Amino acid sequence: MKLFKNLLDSVKPHFEEGGKFEKLYPVYDGFATFLFVPGHTSHSGAHVRDGIDLKRTMVTVILALVPALLFGMWNAGDLHYAALGETVGFWDKFFFGAIKIVPMIVVSYAVGLGIEFAFCVIKKHQINEGYLVTGMLIPLIMPIDIPLWMVALSVVFAVVIGKEVFGGTGMNILNPALTARAFAFFAYPTYMSGDQVWINTSTDAGQSVVDGYSGATVLGSYATGGEVQYSVMDMFLGTIPGSIGETSTVAIIIGAIMLIFTGIGSWRIMLSGVVGAIVMGLIFNAVAPYAISPEQQTFMAVPFWQQLIMGGFAFGIVFMATDPVSAAQTTRGKWIYGFLVGLFAIMIRVFNPAYPEGIMLAILFMNVMAPLIDHYVVQANVSKRKKRLKVA
Amino acid sequence: MQDLVNIFVKSIFVENMIFAYFLGMCSYLAVSKKVSTGVGLGAAVIFVLGITVPVNYLLENYVLKEGALSWLGPQFAEVDLSFLSFIMFIAVIASMVQLVEMIVEKFAPALYGALGIFLPLIAVNCSILGGSLFMQERNYNSITEASVFGLGSGVGWFLAIVAIAAIREKIRYSNIPAPLRGLGITFIVTGLMGIAFMAFMGIKL
Repeated sequence: MKLFKNLLDSVKPHFEEGGKFEKLYPVYDGFATFLFVPGHTSHSGAHVRDGIDLKRTMVTVILALVPALLFGMWNAGDLHYAALGETVGFWDKFFFGAIKIVPMIVVSYAVGLGIEFAFCVIKKHQINEGYLVTGMLIPLIMPIDIPLWMVALSVVFAVVIGKEVFGGTGMNILNPALTARAFAFFAYPTYMSGDQVWINTSTDAGQSVVDGYSGATVLGSYATGGEVQYSVMDMFLGTIPGSIGETSTVAIIIGAIMLIFTGIGSWRIMLSGVVGAIVMGLIFNAVAPYAISPEQQTFMAVPFWQQLIMGGFAFGIVFMATDPVSAAQTTRGKWIYGFLVGLFAIMIRVFNPAYPEGIMLAILFMNVMAPLIDHYVVQANVSKRKKRLKVA
Repeated sequence: MQDLVNIFVKSIFVENMIFAYFLGMCSYLAVSKKVSTGVGLGAAVIFVLGITVPVNYLLENYVLKEGALSWLGPQFAEVDLSFLSFIMFIAVIASMVQLVEMIVEKFAPALYGALGIFLPLIAVNCSILGGSLFMQERNYNSITEASVFGLGSGVGWFLAIVAIAAIREKIRYSNIPAPLRGLGITFIVTGLMGIAFMAFMGIKL
């Protein structure tokens, strides 16, 4: 640490006013404050006395994502070798996944941070490490087989249109990671859905998969009326096809505990989201006999608690819906917001044949509605207090 | 009954006037700076759509369509007045908007001032005429279906303008690049909201 400190101190004069790299000061500042908690304090206004600042918050979320990431790497290798019918050891599987996933993370960070640095230098404001979490989330919600340039393009769209045009970190209205995924989903649907993209089956000798192999996700199987090959335990542990980070409910629960324990993720949103999903699941269970098609009927009849561990619901509700910027801000608003996210996620999943998974669009839709919820929660509070004033 | 619910839900979410057809953008962009005015204009649009669509439905089916006049007598069975439909629809809409204007001016003068020119301009709001023309094109079976469709479209438009107004109130203090402030960012937000509303595309009811 001493070494870094000395290094930073020695290059500092170049970046300060009058130095050679004066224009690049935000870049220097970004690195310096990433490594060390800045020493300056506010001079006026409200002071929040807390050792945690934005960067520390972001790092905590990344730590919470690590279990899902590591599991995703192992799972990618596991599914790959299982599809090819080969038996290999734990580390072989893990390295296969790592070779696939690490480049995606590198691309996501390089492109995203590059754009963010450029914007900060031009606009001359501090670099906020809002992208640290987004950059980790984007690879985790992509299919394993997606080409790297698509990852890069989605990142560009998410960072520029989804965030920087609003003024950067903390100003965006939609979750940037989900904006990236929605962009890729609508721009390159063949790479983002179907039953070919979730497991990497290519080898040096071309494709040769074992009999009875199907690359469809659990939700995909339900939506097309196919047979689901995975048991409830598989879904819970996560040894199923899906986006890289979303499959393992266990890993996500570990992350959720970390987020709730540190107070960074809103437990209100997570809890009300789960409640919303359960309510919708129960409604579907009740109305299943009246479904219009046999596929929909089997899908509706899925026990409500299974809806929670299939697909990306758990990942979305823990890591995306709780995004402190795009979620509702008021306490009561958070309950409403989370509940509706859960409700819509399951509803879109079952009702909309165009999309097997609903959590992405449910969260985006509620991101759009969140300011409205907040507005009315605040208004309700104002009128309640006015009434109290009149009585007294 | 189920059909009516389907039409209602479909016209709010799946075939939203703003996010699926981008109709009625002018007042949507101009009057969405504050939630309260957005609510006012949205309510006016619900009212106008909810009345004009069924009235135009009656016009269409008993006056304008080919053979619609046969209730007058057998010699009218050949008459086709559908070339008059645009002008008739607009006339109905304009008179209805006059009515709304008078009501708003009388009972909510503050809102009347806030809406300004955009209240009478509802008469040429594309979503209103669009509602009547969609009704014509989709051949609804009964006047109930037509009125439910009109109300649903209005509610969808209401939802859109209130949502964007809340977002614009939220981003008022954001550090948006100078060239994009105002309408520019509103267009971008509308596009992003369109992506979010894609959630409902393809739902078959």
